[in-house]
Formats: sequence, structure tokens, C-alpha cells
Amino acid sequence: MSGKSSFGPFLLLSDKDNVLVARANSPEGLEVALESGPVQLGRDIPMAHKIARHDIAPGDVILKYGMPIGIATEAIDAGAHVHVHNIRSAYTPTHMLQDADGRSAGVSL
Amino acid sequence: MSDIQGFLRNDGRKGIRNTLVVAYLVECAHFVASEIVQQFRNTPHEGEVQLIGFPGCYPNEYAAQMMEKLCTHPNVGAVMFVSLGCESFDKVRAANAVNASGRPVRTLVIQRTGGTRSTIRAGADWVRQTLAQIAAVPRVKMGVDELIIGTVCGGSDGTSGISGNPAAGKAFDLLVAEGAACIFEETGELIGCEEIMAERAVTPELGNLLRESVQKAERYYATLGYGSFAAGNAAGGLSTIEEKSLGAYVKSGDSPISGLIKPGDIPPGAGLYLMDVVPDGDVRFGFPNISDNAEIVEMIASGAHMTLFVTGRGSVVGSAISPVIKICANPDTYRNLSEDMDVNAGDIIEGVRSIAEVGQEIRDLVVAVAAGQQTKSEELGHREFILTYKSFEPIGPACLPGAA
Repeated sequence: MSGKSSFGPFLLLSDKDNVLVARANSPEGLEVALESGPVQLGRDIPMAHKIARHDIAPGDVILKYGMPIGIATEAIDAGAHVHVHNIRSAYTPTHMLQDADGRSAGVSL
Repeated sequence: MSDIQGFLRNDGRKGIRNTLVVAYLVECAHFVASEIVQQFRNTPHEGEVQLIGFPGCYPNEYAAQMMEKLCTHPNVGAVMFVSLGCESFDKVRAANAVNASGRPVRTLVIQRTGGTRSTIRAGADWVRQTLAQIAAVPRVKMGVDELIIGTVCGGSDGTSGISGNPAAGKAFDLLVAEGAACIFEETGELIGCEEIMAERAVTPELGNLLRESVQKAERYYATLGYGSFAAGNAAGGLSTIEEKSLGAYVKSGDSPISGLIKPGDIPPGAGLYLMDVVPDGDVRFGFPNISDNAEIVEMIASGAHMTLFVTGRGSVVGSAISPVIKICANPDTYRNLSEDMDVNAGDIIEGVRSIAEVGQEIRDLVVAVAAGQQTKSEELGHREFILTYKSFEPIGPACLPGAA
């Protein structure tokens, strides 16, 4: 891997990836210096959740570990939460409850 | 070198525990069997007498074979079967298989033993005598190269694929290099990994079979309408089955893949093996593995002496027959559930230790547990077990290219 692998509390797992993974719970408003410039988190990002490394277009393949993990269902801005609300599986639909955002239903930062 | 003193069985296999299992052969015998086990609570034999069983009244070849494999597992010293009497499970075949393995075996039929109280008394008497008998099983030196180790993940979250599973994979690399046989599984959670996995097969034919096993899982789960994905996975940051799969895949480590086995097939030698857990043929009997313990039991049926269980959300289970080592991927979960966790792989997330360091800790713990150290779930008394209906075709010769 070349270049930076860490952006504040966010990890880049593979150079090919278009998502970064939170290694700690990260509060809304936190400034993160992405390659395209600084962004402020639009919401709390719980540990192990993902944000966009850069702007992602609808239909783009989401890459993590350098491998495809799904397809963007809408435009995703750099620094935005990437999860069940804006990506889908290329295989079977994801089963989720209301706590899928990682902060409701007993899950807290 | 290791200090493992194995329990030598008549077939030459060696165990790391010497348990007496009490197996009910239908749900109707479950209570009586569990009461026999309960007689040994708060005695020096607590934990050595363990409950397993099969709930169904209809016959199933998979369940019959699993029960035989489990009851002749090297960690098992003796078996008591508890039958109601009218169920379809072939108790004579099962008892003959255990008897042929040289283990003490006894079958109690509740309908012929006088009922609940009489059967519990007769069962407890036999267990007491037999515990004394199996205490004399010879102990012999056992090497790491005689161990079979399984790995499973459950309650995964987004940390599992970054810390716990890569550390388990590192431990697998170390154990395979030392000559152990290591099994990974959950073909339903390898969806999206089939191509990269096929490239690691020791022969191209095996590579094709690995790919086909995942394609079978994909079809099976598509029919069921759900992937192998629980709601808690999404709350933990996993968005899709393929994201979960890639995180799960890394617990296989980097060794070449030596074979494809199905539940109950014993790995023929050192190396890394994929277990295909998805039934063959049309979709029948429901989900392939309804909970994590079903997968653990299948690896035990394939001879696993212990299982590495990686969790992010936080599982607390253990298992009957073979100890479970729990590796916690998420540092917050570790702090919350440390009384249940053997290894804190969350250190990797927090930058305290490297994947290599935690992998070495897991490898060392495997050897210590094989030498008799109790895991957290063993100490706590966890002895979960589940066996349900499935159907499989036997594997073909291309699945095990190294077996002469």
C-alpha cells in the first residue's frame, strides 16, 4: 500500500478502496482531512462503520479490502456515512432492524 | 515441542478432553437426559458429563452419521444414549458404532426402564461407574501436528474483518506450518470470495470445487430469501453479505487450501480445509446452520479438538465435546464482556498490538488449552449443542487431492 493509510480515526484498508473504516466512535462535526480536502462528519460514525473516501456516483462499486462489497444506490459525498441506506448487495438483500444505523436501539457512541 | 498429554483411543486417535456424553435421541428424552447430567453438578465431575442430542422423531442419515462421529470423537471417553423408545433414530446402529470404537456405551430406553425417575437413577449410576472406568484411559504425548482446529465467526461486526479474523488467520498459518489440520467453513459467508479462494487451492480441480461450493450456497440462500446475515451485523457496520464474507474469509489465513470436506469428514493430514456446510440437492429442512453452535458441532464431527470463535458483537457460547476459544475483535465489546473472552483482538483496532502478536497469542493458547487449560466458556460451564436435519452427498476424490 502506498500513501496514507490513516485519516484521523479512519483507516484505509486497501489503496483501491473508496471507503474508510472508523477505528473509533467518531462524533458528528469531527473534521477529517480527506485527500480531496477537509470534511466535517454529518452524523456520528460508530466504530467499524464506513465513510466515503471521495465522492461516489450512483451505480459505483464500493470497494473495501480492495474487493467489491456492494453497489451505491445514490450519490454519496466524500466523508458521508456509507451503509445500508445508500449501498446494496450484489447478491442477497441485507436483513436489518431499526438499529442498523449503529446508534439506535441500545447502540450508542 | 509441546506438553500435551493426549487421551489415547483404541482407534489410535488422541483427545485433549475425556468427556462422557449423554445423548438424547429425540426431544421426548431430552429432559431425562439433562437430569442425568445435572446429577453431576457441583461434583468433581461437573463439566466432564455433557449433554448432546437430536430432537427429531423422523429419521435422517446426516443426523445418524453426525451422532456416530460425535460419539466416537477423540475427546469423548464414553457414551450414554437416552431413548424414549418409539422414535425413529436407529439407536442400535449408534450404540454398535460406539461399541466398535472400544468405548463404554449404554442405551437406556425410558419406556422400558420404569419412567423418568427410574431412568435418571439408572443413568446416573452407570455414569458414575463409567467415569471411574474412563479415568484409566492411557495418556500419551501428543504433538501440535496431531491437532485438528476449527474456526467460526459469530456476532460479526465491522471490526471482525480487521482484527479478530486476520489474527485467527495468522494463528491458522502458524498451526498449519506446525503440521496441524485447520478447518474453516461457512460457505454461505464466503459469497463474493469464491474467485480469490479458488486460486489458493492445491489443484485446479479443487479450485473449481471450492468455487462451486460457494455458488451452491448462493443459490441455497437466494431460495430462502435471506443471506447468512443477522440484523446485528448491520448495526455493527456491515452493509452487505459480501462485506461480511470478505471479513470472514480472512480467518482462513494465507495457507494453500488442501481440501474440501463436508460435516463428519476427517481431514486426512496437515493443512487447511474448507468445510462445505450447505446441504446438497433441493432446499429442504430450512436454513443450513440455524445458529453458530450448529457450525461448531459440524467441525467437531470432523474431528476438531477445539474451535476458534471470533466475535465482534459479543458471543458467550462454548460447546459440548470440544473447547471454544473466544477471540473478541471489538475493543468496546471486550471491555463489556471480558469475563467471556479469551483473547482481546481489539488491541489491534486500538493500535496496542499487531495482528502478528495476537495471532501468536492465539496459537500459544491453542497449545495451552490442548494441554488442559480451561477456556473461559469451559470454566463458566457453557456446553451448548445443536443438531438438526440436513442432507449431503458424499465428497468425491478431487476434494482431497493429497489423500492417497
